[in-house]
Amino acid sequence: MTVMIDIADAKKTFTMHLQGGIELPVVSGVTFHVNPGECVVLSGPSGAGKSSILKMIFGNYRCDSGRIGIRHRGAVVDLATAEPRQVLNIRRATIGYVSQFLRAVPRVATIDVVAEPLIVNGMNRADAQARAGELLHRLNIPERLWQLPPATFSGGEQQRVNIARGFISELPILLLDEPTASLDAANRAVVVALVAEKKRQGVAMVAIVHDDEIRHLIADRIVDVTSFAAAA
Amino acid sequence: MADQDMADLDKLGSDQPLLVAESLSKSYGRIAACREVSFSLYPGEVLAIVGESGSGKSTLLQILSGQLNPSAGHVSYRMRDGITRDLTTLGEAERRFLFRTDWGFVHQDPAQGLRMAVSAGANVGERLMAVGWNHYGRIRETASDWLGRVEIDVARIDDAPRTYSGGMRQRLQIARNLVTEPRLVFMDEPTGGLDVSVQARLLDLVRSLVAELHLAVIIVTHDLAVARLLSHRVMVMKGGRVIETGLTDQVLDDPREPYTQLLVSSILPP
Repeated sequence: MTVMIDIADAKKTFTMHLQGGIELPVVSGVTFHVNPGECVVLSGPSGAGKSSILKMIFGNYRCDSGRIGIRHRGAVVDLATAEPRQVLNIRRATIGYVSQFLRAVPRVATIDVVAEPLIVNGMNRADAQARAGELLHRLNIPERLWQLPPATFSGGEQQRVNIARGFISELPILLLDEPTASLDAANRAVVVALVAEKKRQGVAMVAIVHDDEIRHLIADRIVDVTSFAAAA
Repeated sequence: MADQDMADLDKLGSDQPLLVAESLSKSYGRIAACREVSFSLYPGEVLAIVGESGSGKSTLLQILSGQLNPSAGHVSYRMRDGITRDLTTLGEAERRFLFRTDWGFVHQDPAQGLRMAVSAGANVGERLMAVGWNHYGRIRETASDWLGRVEIDVARIDDAPRTYSGGMRQRLQIARNLVTEPRLVFMDEPTGGLDVSVQARLLDLVRSLVAELHLAVIIVTHDLAVARLLSHRVMVMKGGRVIETGLTDQVLDDPREPYTQLLVSSILPP
């Protein structure tokens, strides 16, 4: 089987120059892989470095050392050493990231926020909006809100818009940071179903989920992050 | 594995840089405004140059746009015919032509980039005439179209920009610059003098135009929020040097240099 994510001995430390150069070790020796169609859930207490690992896989945090192998357009690229342009290409074509909070541009309508990843990859606006509408509908965002920017929505609605935006793309890797955190039971079930569909399509996923029940429903494998805790 | 890596890099390398800066330096007597700056900019890429006043970012922008000669180093640009030329070897006429067609320059103060006493339509149309358009009806039609795209009421087409608000002037300056379909636009603190609400609208507009027209942009700003919203990459300058560079979200979320950490930590929470 072709591994989609292959992390070997990755390490991250923050150096806080404004606090007298304190070294803040985050994680070290991070080593695991993810196969297509598999959802790996990172577990460990708050502060163990789960989100940091997700950000390292997305290229948002830089690694001090180690390797983040990503299968991108049929070849393996080490994200830890990739050029910025290459990281952008990988994000456009390979890795999607559903963050905890929606970071939307002020005036853009919800339907366009959700459709954007498809348009960027070349789909025409009408088709992309139709797909966005289907997902928003499934996630119980009423149609009367679709033309409004999501900035004024409640936390749960914003999170669902964010999920729609993350799941709309056909990227082979998805990173999920607490996708169900502020959702009610009905919407949590929708997210579980969306994850199952992505698995059937062969998408490799890494997720952070605190809810035991959801974790049980989506995890194929659990990677305990405490074993990567960096020695202080 | 190494071969596969190379194959992927080859695919990415198939498009050539639009602009290449090599070891640019500029000194005024003993003061070095800009030291050893090098980078490549690709088509469609938005690069933000951030830093405080006096960091050398505006000097760098002037060198890159051929308005100031560097004391050392080169800027080369791939012209529309595909040939890469060193800017210093361009004649004055060629440089002016580049400025009127393939480049745009958005000044912080729209009065510097507009002719304040002539109509908005003429401000936009003038750039078209400079590249040889001579059909009045088509020029006016294109100018109206562009006013609409930058969200200026077409009924205001015959008014001079001195009757416009600051935000409208800035949008008009953008229309004037983009009407010739440039491939590269320089922007010097384009939201600098505007109210916050007007800023947000302008940034939105710039962001969508940049994506739609696949523009390459070099934007100088001291506002990290502007850099985050618009740019793919950032260069952080201090004392004339580039002290940190990388993907915008990388540099802003995981800043490494003490000065960058100071800049990032100085942002007021929204």
